[in-house]
Amino acid sequence: MKLTGAQALIKSLEMEGTEVAFGLPGGAILPAYDPIIDSPIRHILVRHEQGAGHMAEGYAHVTGRPGVAIVTSGPGATNIVTPLCDAYMDSVPMVVISGQVASPMIGTDGFQECDTVGITRSVTKHNELVMNADDIALSIRQAFHIATTGRPGPVLVDLPKDVLQTATEWNWPTDAEVAASLPGYRPTTKGHPRMIKEAAKLIAASHRPVIYAGGGILNSHAAAELRQLAELTGIHVVTTLMARGAFPDSHPLCLGMPGMHGNFTAITAMQRADLLIALGSRFDDRVTGKVGAFAPDAKIIHVDIDPAELGKIRRPDVPIVGDARLVIEQLILDVRATGPQPDRSPWDRQVAAWRKEFPLHYDEPEDGDQLKPQFVLETLRDSTPDDTIVVSGVGQHQMWASQYWRFEHPYTWVNSGGLGTMGFAVPAAIGAKVGRPDKMVWAVDGDGCFQMTAQELVTASSERIPVKIAILNNAYLGMVRQWQEMFYDERYSEVYLSPDLPDYVKWAEAMGCVGFRVETPEEVQPTIDKANEIDDRPVVIDFRTDAREKVFPMVPAGASNDDVVVHPTQVPLGSPGPGRRPPRTVQ
Amino acid sequence: MAAAPPALHHTLSVVVENKFGVLARVSGMFARRGYNIFSLAVAPTDDERFSRITIVVDAEQTSVEQMVKQLFKLINVVKVTELGPSESVERELLLLTLRANATERGQVIELLQVLGGSIVDVGHETLTVMLADAPNKLDDFEDLVRPFGITELQRTGRVALPKLDKSAPRRPVLGKVG
Repeated sequence: MKLTGAQALIKSLEMEGTEVAFGLPGGAILPAYDPIIDSPIRHILVRHEQGAGHMAEGYAHVTGRPGVAIVTSGPGATNIVTPLCDAYMDSVPMVVISGQVASPMIGTDGFQECDTVGITRSVTKHNELVMNADDIALSIRQAFHIATTGRPGPVLVDLPKDVLQTATEWNWPTDAEVAASLPGYRPTTKGHPRMIKEAAKLIAASHRPVIYAGGGILNSHAAAELRQLAELTGIHVVTTLMARGAFPDSHPLCLGMPGMHGNFTAITAMQRADLLIALGSRFDDRVTGKVGAFAPDAKIIHVDIDPAELGKIRRPDVPIVGDARLVIEQLILDVRATGPQPDRSPWDRQVAAWRKEFPLHYDEPEDGDQLKPQFVLETLRDSTPDDTIVVSGVGQHQMWASQYWRFEHPYTWVNSGGLGTMGFAVPAAIGAKVGRPDKMVWAVDGDGCFQMTAQELVTASSERIPVKIAILNNAYLGMVRQWQEMFYDERYSEVYLSPDLPDYVKWAEAMGCVGFRVETPEEVQPTIDKANEIDDRPVVIDFRTDAREKVFPMVPAGASNDDVVVHPTQVPLGSPGPGRRPPRTVQ
Repeated sequence: MAAAPPALHHTLSVVVENKFGVLARVSGMFARRGYNIFSLAVAPTDDERFSRITIVVDAEQTSVEQMVKQLFKLINVVKVTELGPSESVERELLLLTLRANATERGQVIELLQVLGGSIVDVGHETLTVMLADAPNKLDDFEDLVRPFGITELQRTGRVALPKLDKSAPRRPVLGKVG
């Protein structure tokens, strides 16, 4: 069967099970857009290629299937560099198809030419420039295989226009042919049995263990196994920013999020632990604080499918390369065989005491105060189903969303962790809703973030994707403001945005959404209820929140986790000390 | 001139797919992660699908481990072997042009005979010579001919293969001390 390269491309995407692609056509990718008309693949026309990339990520986060984006050469490709890097940092499976100028033009600085493969090399798990139409099917198979196996990540396939136009004999490579074509790619999935036995022994000898669960739990679909391990051993679990939902927040063993804005108990339990069981987590600087002072007494069991993560930051006592789910399954058997767990009641009592003394806290508003962002989030949380998908941008609102939401199910939290990409929320929420149309999807966004990618709500309106956006509008780049307040002597530099410019309600309406504005606590609940009832178009709520509100607890950048700063009102008078140090300035 | 690499040098022998862009992936990874390459040599192996890149790096052991792992993460990298100085045979090629008039040439030729080098080109007042040997031998040669006046110098960067097992199988080690 003879096909054009473009037809072979679209047929390959179909063969890989692609149900939706996010993209925007242009000159070099034009040939690929013709067969899309006849394809069952749903194409969602974005307004900016960055939107396509984040939508593909949002889709991948909630479905576990690779997100697909299609862009043209030059600016189309450069516009998707940010989502590629974001997906690379957060191990999100994604396949990006980029058009390229015709092969004789490559290297001549042709119109809309750029070195896409060169530019994206360091922000993709792999990329490939395909110079022959006969190689298209194999390249697409390789791309999906690489994106979804081992440590997942983004793969870019760059296709020159003439290659898309050339006729080729259709040939769908077999699994064996794909494997043979990638002689250097053999991810290890099964952990070393002796190492897993060692891990079981360390656990049995530990009196203060903590499970440090990362995004790898979600990538390996190991939430059920994680829960089994925790319940079998009675060991507390912290869930990193990327792992929120991997272990239910309501579970008695769940300590919530660790790290720079984690809760006091999660941070301190890790600091005092004698054993950290790191499962699909990578000792990110936002979790460890000052690395040299992180969990000083803890032995480390580190399970990761990426060998390069083991020992990159902290040398493990028991390194285990493998898929988290397969390793945990075996670990459970070995823990059972090792015998009963030691009595850890003193430790459990200590953890309970920390929890009681330092819960998450914010002060009730006084008359005339603007809305407390935490109150908005609590109300939103309590007014939505517990399997609601929550998507956030980056900044204060993201930390509050992670802190104040109670995640009960895996794949209900979507955010940009490693790269910290402002503007992630709106497009990622759209992608998530496309992937899970059966679920309610709420984006929690900041006003700064919203302005970066809000145009994709036009995409959502025209494609009838009913996402809901809660803007916590404090008229500031809030996290930067917080740092300037605490560490730059309240010298506010270039962080003020204005609450009214733009007018978010009018802007929402102009984009085909329903827009609401909420300024008083009494309006919060009824407006959320109204928004929840709208299911035929996107909704945007502009919550006017208190700019003075800061995210606590906080481990200042470069500080040890021992020096976590709790909310000022939680500091007992006259007793500043480790774990209770007040911030330099308190408003 | 070409100072001997510090004691911390490690040689990585990396088998990669013989495709365009692979060298850029490897060197890009080193640049991106802040690792310094001391020398680098690339050529196809006997199997034309693969090339061997020999990279000498200056680094401490922990970061060499990390380099090996990061190299292996590259999809086109098939095999990575770290060769310690005592575990490998290393060779490097040197081409060197030096000033030597008719009366001085005899001394240079004598030196080349001793060291196993050869003359590859002769000019009116200059000679280009070649020497292929262990890197430290090339360093010595450079020092010896420097008094003549070196005008051009090019070294290839080292290539290396693992040393072969010299012991017969299953024979007990006799007279082991310590």
